[in-house]
Amino acid sequence: MKYQVQENCLTIYLPGEVDDHNADGIRREADAVIDRNHIKYVIFDFEKTDFMDSSGIGVIMGRYKTVSLIGGEVWAVHANERIRKILTLSGVTKIMQIYEEETV
Amino acid sequence: MKGTNEMEIRFDSRSENEGFARVAVASFMTQLNPTVEEVADVKTAVSEAVTNAVIHGYEGRRTGKICIRCKIRENVFTVEVSDSGKGIRNVDEAMQPMFTTKPEQERSGMGFAFMEAFMDRVEVESEPGRGTCVKMERTVGKGREIWTTQSL
Repeated sequence: MKYQVQENCLTIYLPGEVDDHNADGIRREADAVIDRNHIKYVIFDFEKTDFMDSSGIGVIMGRYKTVSLIGGEVWAVHANERIRKILTLSGVTKIMQIYEEETV
Repeated sequence: MKGTNEMEIRFDSRSENEGFARVAVASFMTQLNPTVEEVADVKTAVSEAVTNAVIHGYEGRRTGKICIRCKIRENVFTVEVSDSGKGIRNVDEAMQPMFTTKPEQERSGMGFAFMEAFMDRVEVESEPGRGTCVKMERTVGKGREIWTTQSL
């Protein structure tokens, strides 16, 4: 899993496909980093992602549960139209903000 | 392309085969000349059904076999995902959004909801101890003929 930590903020650079096969690895690594760095904000970067199924929704919900206990937030960035559809349909957008890029 | 065509694949119940399954189905589907969105919808639905077979049907038993049958009849695409796993005791309950028997694994409980959202029809047949078969249908290219055949 590619990630970056800036203070209490963790950015997870998600792979091209997020499914049941790789969700578990992302989950485990993310939790270790969150724990070690006292992470409050988790940003899911979908720049490279063009496929995600409900396993990815489980990953987002799980991380939200962890950081919301300390008043944290989860965000989505660089989500393409397909990913936005999945996020909206699942209802996860109720707990997660989608960062809208400025269109120049 | 008009007419009928069928294909069938069988593979082990391993999570690494989920990607293979959706790509195989998507590639078979291309002869219907689907839109990018139609392919993505079917891929998501197939991924959900295969994931269910892997984690619920066989509960991680990697030697179980999953079978996918695809059929094309005119512009109707049918895909059946079946396993010989443990089956579902209460199908209606399992199909409820957010319902999951494995909350400790952070399952979202959205699998069947996604299948229903992305396909025109989803039918589930299951018998405890015998296995589950999920039959899904999607009409490809709805309303597209009208504008593709228009002359300038």
